Amino acid sequence: MNNKGTYYHSVRLDRERCKGCINCIKGCPTEAIRVRDGKAKIIKERCIDCGECIRVCPYHAKSAVTERLDDIFRFKYKIALPAPTLYGQFNNLKDINLILTGLKYLGFDDIYEVAKAAETITEYTKQLLAEGKLKRPVINSACPTVVRLISVRFPNLISHVLPLISPMEAAAKAARQEAVEKTGLKPKEIGVFFISPCAAKATSVRNPLGSSKPLIDGVLSIKEIYLKLLPILRKIEHVDELSTCAFSGVRWASSGGEASALDTEKYVAVDGINHVVRLLEEIEDDEKLDIDFVEALACAGGCVGGPLNVENTYVAKTKIKKLADSLRKQGQKAGPIPVKQDDLQWDSPVSYRNVLNLDDDIAIAMQKMERMESIYNDLPKLDCGSCGAPSCKSLAEDIVRGFATETDCIYKLREKVRDLARQMVALEEEMPGSFKTDDRDYYGG
Amino acid sequence: MAEQTISLQYPIDGNNFTIAGQASSNIKKVLKQLGIAPEIIRKAAISMYEGEINTIIHGKGGEADVTITSDTITIVFRDKGPGIPDIAKAMQAGFSTATDEARELGFGAGMGLPNMKKYSDELSIESEVGHGTTVTLVIRLR
Repeated sequence: MNNKGTYYHSVRLDRERCKGCINCIKGCPTEAIRVRDGKAKIIKERCIDCGECIRVCPYHAKSAVTERLDDIFRFKYKIALPAPTLYGQFNNLKDINLILTGLKYLGFDDIYEVAKAAETITEYTKQLLAEGKLKRPVINSACPTVVRLISVRFPNLISHVLPLISPMEAAAKAARQEAVEKTGLKPKEIGVFFISPCAAKATSVRNPLGSSKPLIDGVLSIKEIYLKLLPILRKIEHVDELSTCAFSGVRWASSGGEASALDTEKYVAVDGINHVVRLLEEIEDDEKLDIDFVEALACAGGCVGGPLNVENTYVAKTKIKKLADSLRKQGQKAGPIPVKQDDLQWDSPVSYRNVLNLDDDIAIAMQKMERMESIYNDLPKLDCGSCGAPSCKSLAEDIVRGFATETDCIYKLREKVRDLARQMVALEEEMPGSFKTDDRDYYGG
Repeated sequence: MAEQTISLQYPIDGNNFTIAGQASSNIKKVLKQLGIAPEIIRKAAISMYEGEINTIIHGKGGEADVTITSDTITIVFRDKGPGIPDIAKAMQAGFSTATDEARELGFGAGMGLPNMKKYSDELSIESEVGHGTTVTLVIRLR
């Protein structure tokens, strides 16, 4: 699927705001950022859209490419696909219908809840786990950052990934299909927009995972929708009964929500990209782990921790729990979405992209690695980042790849300057011959 | 041209479970940088991980030397632990002498050496009771 030329990620840099500091390069889990020419530079092949740099940048120079609300009006019929995370952004929200009605006020013709599609994915996952044909542990496919991480760093775990499209994509299929039946419009006249907590989902518009063609037309950030919804919510007089999801779908917003809805207790729910990396390393190494399902989410706390949210992660988590508990009490049950199981499966498998190899020829790669080790041994190992690379190891790698030089290291540069200064002092002590004292008898007379 | 080799040394700290797996993570990265196929990386990763754990639990620490050529990956685990009295028994799946401390941490399923054998192309063990053990395994790249 993704070849190097077409790979696309949604994290973008505002060059005006970027000061060229090292905060983002140090926080990037795939070492995908360098500082060059005083500005951060994203290595597109390595970026997995986790959004860590968006979170960590003190100058707010990183952002995610998302659509604006005005963009929805290029379609005749506009459908909003709210992530359940949206419901956790508001204070004292008792009725999800209020938010969904608000979305209609913003210009959407219809709403399709991603939480509802999530329940269908849960049911299908249960069935697949029971059939026992998937490789254990099965790893969730709903977090695109985790799937991208696996595709660049854990080639041996690709076969463990649940081969189903995400609830967002499933909701998009159902929504478009229903709208075509309802309105008689052509599929392309219908605009399907996801309201997203994360940058990674925005990439799915152009470059979906596991799907041969994009299923959504655009992604709007929760941040933007929140600001537009707030003044409207106060004015709504009549709340439409639009919500049809149940508690288990809403819970997907928080870490553990997807896994706990399955029929197994042998699951691990891990959140936060660095914790995810550590767990995946272990799964790759230790085949004795007795786990059925791994729910891995890149953001700490799960989707409520996404960089495009408004509310504090843990406050949102509490709010989601409250809403889910209340839905559970009401006993609201969601029916399956009208998408055939076959259409919930991946139709384009995710494949391994080795973004680390030093050369396609193993002999040359080995030479480069040897050089890399010797360069590294000569570096100060302070990992200060002043060279623009996140660590001395990655500088050594950049040097053998031809993207950096040894004097990019400030300590190496200082050593060279010092050597030069010493040579200059030594030269300065030298005198032209005509100034030298010399008592020797030249001709031995 | 002389045969190119990459040599890597990993000290293994005895009785420190929390850093177990680090050498394996490192090896995986090196192999990816060399463009080695995922199936081979998997064999090396599992062997390295099991060997590391064994060296910690049974060997009370030691070292792992990894040598990579364009044909093979050779991993040698050396420890100065108690040694293995009956190597044939140690190779049996399920046989374990792990301490309770190790079992509590989920280790000691008796699959360490059997897994290392399963995922390598050659495996040899030299052991002297009271002096230590050396496990050498070879994984062929083609």
